[in-house]
Amino acid sequence: MPTAYQIVVCGSLVPDPLQTLEPVATPTGPALKNEMMLPAVLDPWAGHALFEAANLAKQNPGSKVWLVSVGPKAKLQQVMMTVAQKVPFELIAIDGPASGFAESAEIAAALAEAIQGIAGLDKARLLVFGGWESASRGAGTTMQMVGERLGIVDQFQGVDELTVQPDGALRILERIEGGKHQVSTCAALPALLGWATGNLAEPPNNPQVGMLNMRTVMPALQRAKALKVANDGVAFASVSLPKQRRETKIVKDQSPDDIAREIVEWIGKE
Amino acid sequence: METILFLAHTEADGSLGKAALETLTAAQALATGLGAPLLAGLIGGNVQPAANQIASCGAQRFLGVAGAEFAPSRYSTDSAAAEALAKAAAATIVIAPATSRCNRVLAGVAQRLGGRIDGHVTGATTADGKPGLTRWYYRQRMEAVVQRTRRPWFILLDPGCSPAWSGAAGTASVEAVAVALTAAHQRTVVTGVQAPASDAQTIRPDAKLLFVAGAGWTKTQPDGKTHPEEAEQLILGFLGKAKASLGSTKSLVDLSGEGQAVLKFMTHLNQVGQTGSTPRHPKGLATCCHGEEPHTVGWRFINERRAINLNANCSWAQGKADVLYVADSFAVMRKVNELLAAK
Repeated sequence: MPTAYQIVVCGSLVPDPLQTLEPVATPTGPALKNEMMLPAVLDPWAGHALFEAANLAKQNPGSKVWLVSVGPKAKLQQVMMTVAQKVPFELIAIDGPASGFAESAEIAAALAEAIQGIAGLDKARLLVFGGWESASRGAGTTMQMVGERLGIVDQFQGVDELTVQPDGALRILERIEGGKHQVSTCAALPALLGWATGNLAEPPNNPQVGMLNMRTVMPALQRAKALKVANDGVAFASVSLPKQRRETKIVKDQSPDDIAREIVEWIGKE
Repeated sequence: METILFLAHTEADGSLGKAALETLTAAQALATGLGAPLLAGLIGGNVQPAANQIASCGAQRFLGVAGAEFAPSRYSTDSAAAEALAKAAAATIVIAPATSRCNRVLAGVAQRLGGRIDGHVTGATTADGKPGLTRWYYRQRMEAVVQRTRRPWFILLDPGCSPAWSGAAGTASVEAVAVALTAAHQRTVVTGVQAPASDAQTIRPDAKLLFVAGAGWTKTQPDGKTHPEEAEQLILGFLGKAKASLGSTKSLVDLSGEGQAVLKFMTHLNQVGQTGSTPRHPKGLATCCHGEEPHTVGWRFINERRAINLNANCSWAQGKADVLYVADSFAVMRKVNELLAAK
């Protein structure tokens, strides 16, 4: 009999990757210039985690997906207008910073507290998902700390595939060095998975799913708890854009044969 | 007074890998800069060969957690081992290589010990007697220098950021640190590694050259047709002859994921850039790549860069490559492969 999983996905928002970003100094630490004006998207790897969660829930009747998200309430609302049309979930919103400069330990504490607050949480059926790294802080540290706070010692990072075995065990593929995957089986829940890309394409928008989700999204945003991140004990001595611009030599009107010879010679140089 | 713990896991043969040796160099520099003692903490099935390998590194103590249970790369046992080593060393700064194994586990250990962690660190330095580090934010788009007062401070140093330590081997006396395991620590079983066949392996972290293929390889060519089969042959042929590693733009791997008849060997593991990897190689050759600045972070850490593109104004290359050849990649790579084959 399939397990009815409780799948909690942690995922925040990040500036649209096509935006030009510029750091600025503020009294509370570094931030992005015009941060609140930048269009935002769901963090890409967290998005993959959400789509994998929805797929797993669909295959296992009775399962449910929550999305726990820390971000400025207004920005969360904007992003949810799109994300909520993709797959069914219940949003748990935390009104706090989505900045890459926010301390991951403090974000993890808020996420873990929100997860523990889910009514009827059953750790024997619990899977905590998230992206293995964010596209903002990009440290790959938050999910492990969430897991520790929840007492989860079966953790996996860089996950590209999860399959449920006939005996209920999980078979998990994690990215390791050199384009390879480590294969593990996990005999029992709870477990935490930090997803890489996975194997699923982004689901198309489904207005019906959107309408169902929005019934819970708006109330969740209204009751979002405020989170203030203190960044205690962290000092940013500098934050800067890479200044290096190369003087590109443009080679035009050269035959493919000549270009090839030059490239082969360049490759061979130590 | 700081105490620096160099923390690493052994490879399958009991030795330390390149990333670990690079981190050891950084740990030594940090200890020297701070006037702090350096200790080594090792995890693995058998840590004595690794300890002997770095016997002359100047570590005051060699601590080890060893045994069959600690051979596999697994969160539950690795976290217990790392926690025990950090405690036994009374470390204030723990510096470890950002391998998949350490990346999986050390943030959890920092949480257990009430510490803080920074991942994907590119440099650890000292200034005015204080430790600091550099790391990138927003997917390699801005660089920060970070200092912390909270201890223990865990630092995961990215591979390729320091020269590998290369001192004399010797005989080190390893202090065994005991870790009590329960059945709960072994609910996860590592069953193996899944790798492409050796002739299909396109990701080679130690390669001297990164070859980046863009979506242009799948576009209509001057004869009005697409030539994905020839593109595959040219790219794989080049990778095989030049022993290069393959990177790809997001648009190209997305096409592959959508089941289009494109480059069958291309997966998301090859993806470089905003939502992919930013590998480190001495040289990079980008072909048929298009896109704006945010996409080009995939070769942020490539030293010498050249590009082949039909558009002289392409943002992939202008201001980012050393040389841009305005030419047809099919024609150039055909000839490159001929020349390499004749060598």
